[in-house]
Amino acid sequence: MSFTVPANLEAEIDKLITHYPVKRAASLMVLHAIQEHFGWISQEAVEWTAKKLELQPINVYELVTFYPMLRQQPMGKYQIKVCRTLSCALGGAYELHKHFCEKLGLDAHAHGPQTTKDGKFTVEFVECLASCGTAPVMMVNDDFHEAVSHAKADEIVGRCK
Amino acid sequence: MPSEYRLILKYADEPGYTPDIECYLRHGGYDALKKALALQPKDLPDGAKRSGPEQIRQEVMASGLRGRGGAGFSCGLKWSFVDRKSGKPIYLICNADESEPGTFKDRQIIHKDPHQLIEGMIISCFANDVHLAYIYIRGEMPDGARLLNRALQEARAKNFLGKDILGNGYDLEMHVHRGAGAYICGEETGLIESLEGKRPYPRIKPPYFPAVLGLWMCPTIVNNVETLCNVKHIVAMGGTEFAKLGTPNNTGTRIVSLSGHVKKPGCYEIEVGRATIGQLIFDANFGGGLRDGRKLKAVIPGGSSAKVFKAGEKFKIKDKEVDMLDLPYDFDSLIQAGSMSGSSAIIVMDDSTDIVGALANIAEFYAHESCGQCTPCREGSLWMSKALHRLTHGEGRAQDADYLVKIADNIPGGRTICAFGEACAWPVQSFVAKFKDEFVDKGAADEERRAKKSKGAGPGMEMKLAASQQH
Ligand SMILES: Cc1cc2nc3c(=O)[nH]c(=O)nc-3n(C[C@H](O)[C@H](O)[C@H](O)COP(=O)(O)O)c2cc1C
Ligand code: SF4
Ligand code: FES
Repeated sequence: MSFTVPANLEAEIDKLITHYPVKRAASLMVLHAIQEHFGWISQEAVEWTAKKLELQPINVYELVTFYPMLRQQPMGKYQIKVCRTLSCALGGAYELHKHFCEKLGLDAHAHGPQTTKDGKFTVEFVECLASCGTAPVMMVNDDFHEAVSHAKADEIVGRCK
Repeated sequence: MPSEYRLILKYADEPGYTPDIECYLRHGGYDALKKALALQPKDLPDGAKRSGPEQIRQEVMASGLRGRGGAGFSCGLKWSFVDRKSGKPIYLICNADESEPGTFKDRQIIHKDPHQLIEGMIISCFANDVHLAYIYIRGEMPDGARLLNRALQEARAKNFLGKDILGNGYDLEMHVHRGAGAYICGEETGLIESLEGKRPYPRIKPPYFPAVLGLWMCPTIVNNVETLCNVKHIVAMGGTEFAKLGTPNNTGTRIVSLSGHVKKPGCYEIEVGRATIGQLIFDANFGGGLRDGRKLKAVIPGGSSAKVFKAGEKFKIKDKEVDMLDLPYDFDSLIQAGSMSGSSAIIVMDDSTDIVGALANIAEFYAHESCGQCTPCREGSLWMSKALHRLTHGEGRAQDADYLVKIADNIPGGRTICAFGEACAWPVQSFVAKFKDEFVDKGAADEERRAKKSKGAGPGMEMKLAASQQH
């Protein structure tokens, strides 16, 4: 399957590149734009980005393998990220994570992101989301949720169509 | 009873206050910028002239402003180190990575009052002859990034940014740059590498001090969101007036992020040093105390990297004995008490807290976030996390407490490229030193349980035999 970047996305990327006197600096922003469109960053996407920024593929690949938010495989349609760091843990983050896993048939003890068989949900623990005063907190894709009780969690899942 | 003093968050939580430029302008927004741009060169007694930008730098120095990102370094001094003779462009980066566990103050500013940050940045850029600046915001704040982008557009439309700002002849462009979920991007040289499009491996200092060899090897200023907001107020009120807020050498206000086991967690802005840790936790104006029936066990006073305080702990400060709760919340007192105010994040733990579990949680964070360049940090943070994982999963040993400290003691003190080494060692050193019994008891109990289990002809017995035959 060939990898094609639609014209409007490419235009957006070209604009991003103008923000920097050195093209390479645009890498992260370009990868964000690509991931937003395709949902993940494939090998072809890495090569396309490298070419676009006049880099070697390894220069882009080493970013994809380092930054936790960049995905090397497709994820669920709804990505649930539960903060697991101290203030949230004190506020019940582990119980919340377990609740999601049990509800969606995933393993609460498994390491890293897990996706349901139907590809609808990905659940993972993430580190402090900078909202420790309203623990426990979580994100579903770009949306942020605070003080998430189990009832609220069910509601959030219910709204994911 | 002390109360909040809202300088930065003055309007943020007012009903009807919105993050758009019209609302900001109605509340006196961009007046400080107009004042800064209008400053006329001043004649000095020796006949020299002091330009507008120089006067602003002078005011920031006089204000005593210290960095709000973690290290508490003098902002005026940091700016004075900038190499202005290299002929290279000077860059400014706002550190909006806000990733120190426990900290959630920059989020308030970005979400509720983004123009205040932008105005502070424009003034700081003007003062330092910067023509291109970036806001490095953590990847997990997509809404924050959108809000900032919109605010930048609004500011451009009003010519607060762009070419010939307000007819003053000064040009400045500013962009939002998003991180992607790595804590080490908060460390300023890691941040610079990340912005350059590389892995965020911190740079070794010397020689790579940002003020001299920063972004693209050009002089660069990196300041925290809250620090840059303060610059606006320093210009508005004057450095000496600003210095009257707070306490000597600890001037201005600080936004304290209070979380954990308190009734009213949240952000509280105080004059630096004008409220104690105890007041912040217990007073009705702030945390409102612990949950009913609970007693205080421990307090982390400056983000997860700061050394923990134990309830009832006493310190000798200026020859006086001071209880931990009576420490004024400022930069210097907390350093004297052996910890730090760091990112001004207080995490409160009551007597329901499993201290070993709390440290295990923190250690897991550092093991995950070490960038991996330095062996003591990469291996040490992982070993500590593994030992603590064992201790919290029934596989501990009584000797683990000493083992943990031994590893932690071998990470900091100039053995690593960046201060993450200290940041991952301090919690372990302080938790184990102050709560040693709990660590030893837990390990000993695990050992006892395992020994009991392996008596008789269970699988434990066979394993033991198998192990001893290997010798
Ligand atoms: C491991 C590590 C993480 C850091 N994270 C942040 C951060 O998230 N935000 C921040 O403003 N400063 C952070 N800092 C401090 C920065 O390196 C730098 O000192 C600060 O941005 C300077 O701004 P200031 O002088 O205005 O405080 C971190 C430092 C270290 C060592
Ligand atoms: S101390 Fe740790 S985080 Fe800092 S550069 Fe070394 S390995 Fe990376
Ligand atoms: S610990 Fe969860 S948001 Fe900070």
